[in-house]
Amino acid sequence: MDPKNITTKERFAIPRQAMPSQDPVIRSRNFKEVNLGYTPELAQQEALRCIQCKDPVCIKGCPVNIKIDQFIKLISEGNFLGAAKKIKEDSVLPAICGRVCPQEDQCEKMCVIGKKREPVAIGNLERFAADYERQSGNVELPTVQPATGKKVAVIGSGPAGLSCANDLAQLGHSVTVFEALHELGGVLMYGIPEFRLPKVIVQSELEGLKKLGVTFVTNTVAGRSVTVDELLNEEHFDAIFIGVGAGLPWFMGIPGENLLGVYSANEFLTRVNLMKSYDFPQSDTPVFNCKAKSVAVFGGGNTAMDAVRTARRLGAEHAYIVYRRSEAEMPARLEEVHHAKEEGVEFLMLMNPLEFLGNEQQWLTGAKCLKMELGEPDESGRRKPVPIKDSEFVLPIDMAVISIGNGSNPLIRQTTPDIEVSKRDTIVVDINTMATSKESVYAGGDIVTGGATVILAMGAGRTAAKAIHEKLSSAS
Amino acid sequence: MYRIVSANFLAENIKKIEIEAPRIAKKRKAGQFVMVRVSENGERVPLTIAGSNPETGTITLIVQGMGKSTRELNSKNPGDFISDIVGPLGTPSHIEKFGTAVSIGGGVGTAIAYPTAVALKEAGNYVITINGARSKELVILEDEMKAVSDEAYITTDDGSYGFHGFVTQMLQQIIDSGKTVDFVLAIGPIPMMRAVAEVTRPYGIKTMVSLNPIMVDGTGMCGGCRVTIGNETKFACVDGPEFDAHQVDFKNLTDRNKLYIPEEKQSAEAFSHKCRIGIGG
Ligand SMILES: Cc1cc2nc3c(=O)[nH]c(=O)nc-3n(C[C@H](O)[C@H](O)[C@H](O)COP(=O)(O)OP(=O)(O)OC[C@H]3O[C@@H](n4cnc5c(N)ncnc54)[C@H](O)[C@@H]3O)c2cc1C
Ligand SMILES: Cc1cc2nc3c(=O)[nH]c(=O)nc-3n(C[C@H](O)[C@H](O)[C@H](O)COP(=O)(O)OP(=O)(O)OC[C@H]3O[C@@H](n4cnc5c(N)ncnc54)[C@H](O)[C@@H]3O)c2cc1C
Ligand code: SF4
Ligand code: SF4
Ligand code: FES
Repeated sequence: MDPKNITTKERFAIPRQAMPSQDPVIRSRNFKEVNLGYTPELAQQEALRCIQCKDPVCIKGCPVNIKIDQFIKLISEGNFLGAAKKIKEDSVLPAICGRVCPQEDQCEKMCVIGKKREPVAIGNLERFAADYERQSGNVELPTVQPATGKKVAVIGSGPAGLSCANDLAQLGHSVTVFEALHELGGVLMYGIPEFRLPKVIVQSELEGLKKLGVTFVTNTVAGRSVTVDELLNEEHFDAIFIGVGAGLPWFMGIPGENLLGVYSANEFLTRVNLMKSYDFPQSDTPVFNCKAKSVAVFGGGNTAMDAVRTARRLGAEHAYIVYRRSEAEMPARLEEVHHAKEEGVEFLMLMNPLEFLGNEQQWLTGAKCLKMELGEPDESGRRKPVPIKDSEFVLPIDMAVISIGNGSNPLIRQTTPDIEVSKRDTIVVDINTMATSKESVYAGGDIVTGGATVILAMGAGRTAAKAIHEKLSSAS
Repeated sequence: MYRIVSANFLAENIKKIEIEAPRIAKKRKAGQFVMVRVSENGERVPLTIAGSNPETGTITLIVQGMGKSTRELNSKNPGDFISDIVGPLGTPSHIEKFGTAVSIGGGVGTAIAYPTAVALKEAGNYVITINGARSKELVILEDEMKAVSDEAYITTDDGSYGFHGFVTQMLQQIIDSGKTVDFVLAIGPIPMMRAVAEVTRPYGIKTMVSLNPIMVDGTGMCGGCRVTIGNETKFACVDGPEFDAHQVDFKNLTDRNKLYIPEEKQSAEAFSHKCRIGIGG
């Protein structure tokens, strides 16, 4: 169809183009990416579904206001590199956000087509444009402003830190990123698994930043290896951005949590993704041997889905999601829930663990659970789960993964007491500038919001970069 | 990459290794540790910082070859490189003038106890050290320990050197001799630390132990290193590694350290095989 002569009626008639994906049976045993990506034909077809609204409300649903109508138009015209460029005006990591954004709650939720039909697949199209650009080898390096002579330290190399570093480097500042781990990328590397976000994509974004002149220093824990004050006063950084994420796993505080076979989602995913335990013994770090075992993951978010699908890929015979509320309340992306089900994950809803049970050698053997039902709505507007009397039962399992969220790591706040934190230990900032209570120190991402999303972290990094630039420019 | 400056065996299977790591050398305090990844695909293993030289920017580790990772590290020589080292991690030892302080080291635990013994001495304590080993050849840091001690004892299980018996018997003798002991630090195998805790408990002597759970990141991110202290869960890498010995659930720690025994064996066997056929490091 010619994008110039297509009628609105014809656009409405095109069905949402399905994302090609690996066969569920095969993929539930490998770590390769599940989604294969649109072909140019599929992408152009999908792009034609966008009616190019005068008031593109989809943009309001995107936390960084990507010019969605414009980039989709470019795709429909076959100008894929142009589309990628358009997206990059507002987003630093489009190949990543196209894959992991909860689109159904953001841009696609607002899309007018979604009122009567399925919304335009904005995320899939964004991913297509970014992948096309990367694979074409035509990634244009942004122009870098002349050096300002100002030095900025970025602590943490997750999406918040990387996007802040990107913008500041383009503006001509000298940027050094300090990362605690031996690998860069934050949750993108150690949390979200390969089958959802191939690591080569993260690597290629990092390469781009290195080409911009950003210096990366791994193996450096702010608060231990060096403090914020030392960076300011001894190493003479003019400003600091803190993007250390939400990295302190919560446990449930129920009996038996320290039995052998009980993991936090962070530990399980870090072992598998960062330390490559799936490749043991080629890689030295072991992880619980899930083969033919029963594994239960407690929680209903993206992290829980990643953990349960990882266990399945490591050979678990039964891989359960155990969640307190009902499926409708699960915060995970819809696509992940759908994929998990296709891969044979079993969903046990309205169930609350009371205790972990173990054998004499202290290995986990089961979880004592209580069945729940939905009662009245609570403060959050979600119906509150209440226990059903005498409904206790034991779920036999060999491994448990606790995925009920993260608090914030204490290292920075303990060593920099003049940075104000909230009651939940998150860093308090002015949301317009991301400035903290401490002069020249900014923060953004999960350390400010608590566990949130990649796109919000990226947006926060960019807001901070803008404010830091203004501050440094006016100071000179 | 981090360069090894010097490396020599102190006893069979125990090597002293000096590595270039200027930031860590400048900041570290007694009781802190580093996470080391020897090579690509390697594990992250925790090792105590036994000493440092801020001028040359080096730190010293004393490593006992246990499984794959520590044996691979001990196969390194001056001029070789290791992939990663991060630190200083953990809460530094709490040092004050207690009065009479007894520092007890068992096996390679002697190396871990050494920096804290130095700090205790510097804080003005009367320092007694007891260092235990299975036999004479395995005694390490004898001269160093003597130099920081007001009284230094060595015990061997087989009686081949020093006092014939366990460190706990020596400790009991010291207590029985009527000396007031104000503080005990015990670092070594879990059964030894547990036994020391039982010796001091009836006297109410403040006793600290340095726990060695399995770790991954060492920064408080994974919770894999959790230990039970007085019915509370703590993360050893940020809250410790030193804890009040009388509060520690040693059984839980012993059990949790057994998590990967089959895998550790598999790694170690593959590593010895590689060494024997001469392709490994
Ligand atoms: C398993 C999992 C799945 C997820 N899935 C999705 C999804 O599908 N979609 C989505 O939008 N979001 C998802 N999220 C959430 C998303 O990943 C986070 O919101 C986002 O990564 C936050 O970015 P950040 O830059 O604030 O922090 P992080 O990505 O956490 O990065 C922080 C970095 O700082 C480093 N660091 C920490 N402390 C220090 C220190 N003291 N010194 C130096 N460095 C330090 C850390 O090692 C880390 O590399 C998921 C999260 C997890 C854990
Ligand atoms: C805070 C701390 C300080 C330490 N300091 C020293 C030191 O100064 N010198 C020294 O020789 N050893 C020290 N250790 C112990 C050392 O980390 C382990 O011996 C080492 O990790 C074993 O690895 P491996 O691959 O060689 O052996 P493996 O075959 O993996 O294991 C052998 C034994 O070590 C234990 N172990 C395995 N992995 C770990 C891990 N990641 N962390 C802790 N223990 C593990 C296992 O329970 C097992 O019993 C310390 C441990 C901790 C927690
Ligand atoms: S960044 Fe996320 S929310 Fe924004 S348009 Fe892309 S997929 Fe939608
Ligand atoms: S709301 Fe939907 S149809 Fe309208 S411009 Fe946005 S994507 Fe296109
Ligand atoms: S080692 Fe991961 S939290 Fe301590």
